[in-house]
Amino acid sequence: MMIPACRLVDLPRGEAYRLDIDPPVSVFHTDDGEVFAIDDTCTHQDASLADGWLEGCEVECPLHASKFDLRTGAVDAPPAKRPVRTHEVHVEDGMIYVQLSLDAPNLPPCVAARLAGGPA
Amino acid sequence: MRTVAVVGASLAGLSAARSLRKQGYDGRLVVIGDELHRPYDRPPLSKEFLAGSLAEADLALEPDAEDLRAEWLLGVRAVGLDGPQRAVRLADGSEVRADGVVIATGAAARTLPGTDGLAGVHTLRTLDDARALRDELTLGGRLVVIGGGFIGAEVASTAYALGLDVTVVEAAPTPLAGPLGETMGTIVSALHADHGVRLLCGVGVKGLSGESRVDAVLLEDGRSVPADIVVVGVGARPCVEWLAGSGIELDDGVKCGADGRTGLAGVVAVGDCASWYDPRAGLHRRVEHWTGARERPDAAVTALLAGGAVEPSAPRPPYFWSDQYGVKIQFAGHAAGADSVTIEEGARDDRNVLAVYRRSGHPVAVLGMNQPRLFMRWRKQLATAA
Repeated sequence: MMIPACRLVDLPRGEAYRLDIDPPVSVFHTDDGEVFAIDDTCTHQDASLADGWLEGCEVECPLHASKFDLRTGAVDAPPAKRPVRTHEVHVEDGMIYVQLSLDAPNLPPCVAARLAGGPA
Repeated sequence: MRTVAVVGASLAGLSAARSLRKQGYDGRLVVIGDELHRPYDRPPLSKEFLAGSLAEADLALEPDAEDLRAEWLLGVRAVGLDGPQRAVRLADGSEVRADGVVIATGAAARTLPGTDGLAGVHTLRTLDDARALRDELTLGGRLVVIGGGFIGAEVASTAYALGLDVTVVEAAPTPLAGPLGETMGTIVSALHADHGVRLLCGVGVKGLSGESRVDAVLLEDGRSVPADIVVVGVGARPCVEWLAGSGIELDDGVKCGADGRTGLAGVVAVGDCASWYDPRAGLHRRVEHWTGARERPDAAVTALLAGGAVEPSAPRPPYFWSDQYGVKIQFAGHAAGADSVTIEEGARDDRNVLAVYRRSGHPVAVLGMNQPRLFMRWRKQLATAA
């Protein structure tokens, strides 16, 4: 599924745009001008990576210290142990589109439980 | 280097072992831990684990596929270090000789004198502590938390959510004044009252009463607070007794340079037991935070492998977080020495603030309550300004 996110001109370098779908996805515009999309929720705990510390091609979770690679979704260190999903990004006529991954998301236990209807 | 011994198998020790492999160390790696458990994450012990929403398996710090090619000696305590030989003596009589030693023995919860053997009294530091406390909290009743610091406040918050009747006793007039300063300490500790948790400040604890099981906390002003369960959260002391006589300088922990190097060649210290030199402040201090235990081993391992031939890079300003009553609390920098603190965003009554601490107009620390995005921006600014 191809989802329009925002216009490239509206997303300055070093900033992120969060798509409020379920689970949310975020688009990052790096300082080098590249654009990436990953799942927005840290795999350790419910935190929005769009609020995180973007440096190069990595974003650090705003709550704890795990960093995710925007290119691969890989995580560098605890407390998170699992990668985030990455999504393909297309820019057409100045508009950023996200092609959602078909993989299952790696959501943190509290969010996964909530989505499953269990206790949060 | 052919053998490196990492003494301590919690976050700091694991981070050091990882850094060693990441930085190309290919020799023998021995990790020694006094607990039987594989490395686990402690912050959830007072929160999600205690509340029952995280299981033990979720606490593991190692992903399934990770292989550090290390020898794990778990359930055995280090009891001595022969400095010149760099030999770590273990409680079972054996020893590990190494070319490099990483000291990561952490800190132990302080207890109240005279409370040993009294049922219902807990500290919270290890997984075993948390299991025991969780089992009791599920029975409900009246909980008294001694100490209004972060651990005490988190336990109070978790227990409140579990439906217990909770009282927090704090000896200082303002809880959290040490790490946060008085103004923000008052605002953060007001979370207790918001939720009907009693907070008794400015009064010390004289002792506990009870025959085989605690039944009350006796205060120095003569009051007695009935209790079915007591949690003692009055800080931690560095676990460095085993280093006596090793030649390592001890002063509220292992005295280290700005990169974790001790006075002994080939020996570095990281985590809660280590008192690193802070070049900005011009003094040594122990930083008992998760983030320090995670990040500083990188620098210490660099120094260890280079034999001190590299200049230490300045660590990021200390950062810690807490979750209480559903509020995310984040702090970076040092509040001590600030001459002003201003709320830049949000409202104190909503417990939703971003506060900046300044000295002579320059930001030295930042506190966020439910402000992760803004907090991160300020944290970044603090790190680049430093």
